[in-house]
Amino acid sequence: MEGTLLNSGVSLQFYIILATIIFCIGVLGVMIRRNAIIILMCVELMLNAVNLLMVAFSNYHGKGDGQIFVFFIMVVAAAEATVGLSILVLLYRNRKTVDIGLFNKLKD
Amino acid sequence: MSIQQLLPLLLLFPLIGAFINGTAGKKLPKIVAGSLATLMTFVSFLIALTIFLNLDQPVRSLLFTMIDIDSLHLDAALYADNLSMWMTLIITGVGSLIHLFSMGYMSHDKGYYKFFTYLNLFIFSMLILVLGSNYFMLFFGWEGVGICSYLLIGFHYDDEQKGLLNGLAARKAFIMNRIGDLGLLIGLFLMLLSFGTLEYEQVSRMVLVDKILPNGNMLFAITICLFIGATGKSAQIPLFTWLPDAMAGPTPVSALIHAATMVTAGIFLVVRSNYLFHYAPFTREIILYIGLATSIVAAFIALRQNDIKKVLAYSTVSQLGLIFVALGLEAYTTAIFHVTTHAFFKALLFLGSGSVIHAMSGEQDIRKMGGLKDKIRITHITFLIGTLAISGFPLFSGFYSKDEILGYAFGHSLTIYILLVISVTMTAIYMFRLYFVVFHGTFRDSKDVEHHVHESPLSMTLPLMVLAVLSVIGGVLNLPGIFLHGSGTHFLNNLLNKNVAGLDQIHNVHPDHTTTLILMGVAVAICLTTLFISSIVYKKKGSVPSEDAQLSAWETFSNKKMYWDELYDILFVKPIEWFSKVFYTIVDSFILSGIIEGVVRTVAFSGDIVRKWQTGKVNSYILWMVFGIIGFITYYLIKL
Repeated sequence: MEGTLLNSGVSLQFYIILATIIFCIGVLGVMIRRNAIIILMCVELMLNAVNLLMVAFSNYHGKGDGQIFVFFIMVVAAAEATVGLSILVLLYRNRKTVDIGLFNKLKD
Repeated sequence: MSIQQLLPLLLLFPLIGAFINGTAGKKLPKIVAGSLATLMTFVSFLIALTIFLNLDQPVRSLLFTMIDIDSLHLDAALYADNLSMWMTLIITGVGSLIHLFSMGYMSHDKGYYKFFTYLNLFIFSMLILVLGSNYFMLFFGWEGVGICSYLLIGFHYDDEQKGLLNGLAARKAFIMNRIGDLGLLIGLFLMLLSFGTLEYEQVSRMVLVDKILPNGNMLFAITICLFIGATGKSAQIPLFTWLPDAMAGPTPVSALIHAATMVTAGIFLVVRSNYLFHYAPFTREIILYIGLATSIVAAFIALRQNDIKKVLAYSTVSQLGLIFVALGLEAYTTAIFHVTTHAFFKALLFLGSGSVIHAMSGEQDIRKMGGLKDKIRITHITFLIGTLAISGFPLFSGFYSKDEILGYAFGHSLTIYILLVISVTMTAIYMFRLYFVVFHGTFRDSKDVEHHVHESPLSMTLPLMVLAVLSVIGGVLNLPGIFLHGSGTHFLNNLLNKNVAGLDQIHNVHPDHTTTLILMGVAVAICLTTLFISSIVYKKKGSVPSEDAQLSAWETFSNKKMYWDELYDILFVKPIEWFSKVFYTIVDSFILSGIIEGVVRTVAFSGDIVRKWQTGKVNSYILWMVFGIIGFITYYLIKL
């Protein structure tokens, strides 16, 4: 794996490191931030980190199926974002806030 | 019709009677309900008589197959030989008379139809018991008569004063019988294990013809278990205390079930299995001594009882003990002979006491009676005949049957003979005491009661008269060889030896004529002496049984039933109650409750802890999730 160059001329390990960093940013963002919209964006960030890995490994193995799978993930993420955002809109109309620290109804 | 077709009919009639009275009896007039039940039993008697007269070979009549699998084949079949038909004749014959008596005796009772339902059901069960072709059918009938006995002892369970006591007496009888039944059931299982069948015919063929016998221990186990069953039903030590309490039932019930028929079931069982007992001499020894002990103990207790029915109840126990002595001596036909005569005179005595109680407006204490001989003449004469018969007065039925048993005992060992003579003497003493105290002297209850004393109606006196005649001439059934030579003697012996499996192979040696004469002389002397002394004590001097407080030590001992109930209370009831308490406090409330409550507390406690993690905040959930994922990853990385 070491020093293996992909088609773009960058070796695989950099892709892995980048994806890990993006994923960690996403996870931390979900855990730390309180604004629901930013949390949704962080979720997208995590998904895209995975997508990046997929494409990189697909290229590395010389097979196309990983890249095709990415399209599926993007579609699902889009759908998920739609649903998530619409829930947020409704929440905002009810509570006049998007601060998830105040949304602790799950406890009941 | 052939015998095979008649046999089921014999059973069917009492069942029909029970069914009609049980379903529609409430709406029927009393006279119809009573007559129906009596008629059904009597028809059974006539059928039994027909079969009996035409029976040469044992007849088996298959009703249906109950169980048919590889290891077990059980038929519901009926089996008629001279033994079962003889028992059937006693049951239906004496049964019809007692049904007739009950029509008068129970006429004021509101549960009239119920009474006759139970009575007919009892006859049906008893017939199954004696006519069944295998031990399972016997067991079926055995349980049937048990439940009828229970229902009839507790018949007046709603009585205002004695209702609870009646219920308790019924329960006691049932539980005591259950103990015996358990023995019988185990015996049957063991028998199935060693013979592979419960059919009388097959078992007897295996034992008598093929000589296939289980080993000694197994045979001992089987016979002793059967005998335990018999001690329960036939009220022998140690399971006899239920019978005197069973007198809580109406008097005809005491006469039919607890004197004439049901209590002889144990004797029937032993006689039926005689070929097994023949090869189990140790069991026979046990039977002999248990019978002897029961006979003496019960006779002793009867000496100072003041309830007219209690005296007769203990007398029944004592007589049954006597019969078991005969069984222990392998004098099976003699045992059946005494069962027969006992059925006559004990049914007579019980019905007579019923007639007395009826006349006394329900009073049972003999200390309050007295001088009844001119007021209720027929009852008096018949009761006297019964008393003479049971005491062994010469030429009465009891004289012959009792003498035969004494004869065999004498042939076996002098000690046993002497002990039996003591028992027989006590029998004569308490019976004459009972007779003189009730019928002679002066009337001791209130004027009010005296005014009411009246002779019973014909439906009650007729059975008394018939039974009295039978009690007098019953001895003809089995005359000893001493009076007549050749035909006519030992009728019952020959009859039962003819086609009953096993009995035909046992040839008891009758004592020679001189010995028989001497023994008879002794018996007559005892009876007459007791009669003489009793008549002086109770008739001439007119003494009355003293009140409980004035009794001497041995009298109290007898009056308190030798403290058997108290003994059982200490031996069984108290320890069980004590164990229950221990188990309740330690096992139940401490261990079991402890475990269950411990589980509850643990769940509640852990719930309290876990609940704190459920903040409802999405962030913290995700935090835990991430920790989890990191944990997994770390784990697998380390594992790699």
